[in-house]
Amino acid sequence: MATNPPVAARAVQNSSLPMLALIAGWLIPGAGHFLLRKWIRGSLIFISIVSMFLIGLALKGKIYSPNTSELLDILNFFGDLGTGLLYVIARVFDIGAPTVQVAVADYGTKFIVVAGLLNIISAVDAHSLANGRKPS
Amino acid sequence: MTISHFGAVLLFSLFTSIVFGITQRSEPRMMIRFGAFCFALFVFGTIAASWLMWLIKH
Repeated sequence: MATNPPVAARAVQNSSLPMLALIAGWLIPGAGHFLLRKWIRGSLIFISIVSMFLIGLALKGKIYSPNTSELLDILNFFGDLGTGLLYVIARVFDIGAPTVQVAVADYGTKFIVVAGLLNIISAVDAHSLANGRKPS
Repeated sequence: MTISHFGAVLLFSLFTSIVFGITQRSEPRMMIRFGAFCFALFVFGTIAASWLMWLIKH
């Protein structure tokens, strides 16, 4: 009877899978887990991170651009960059407030930054699953 | 979009806890438990910090 090989075994068969899962997971939230056939986990990650990003935009949160000004601005930029293609789309279509005007917009900015950081955690989790470091 | 401060706390806690649960535990049962623990910690931690700030001010 044919059964699906465990993730670790698949990783041995395809040595590029961990890196592929990492990059896919960064570009599209949950895509790394989808590659590993973890459909429910991938869907929950996708819904959570995209929702946080969209709520952040709806609250008029700021999208940071590359800068060399204040340290916090630089760190926030790298946080935003964690959302992968969502960040690229937001920059290309000029979505997001240029400055934080009200307190709720500050919440929105934090939602967007944290969405990026959570996406990085998720991509690393997909990488760990693919190379067998995380059992399941 | 307008949202209350507590609404923002609940949404932030919910989505963050889901990702923490999935990424920090291996078994589905433990994921749910850890996610619920994180959610409770976020919400009640924020409420506790809010009361603490109120007490400091008064």
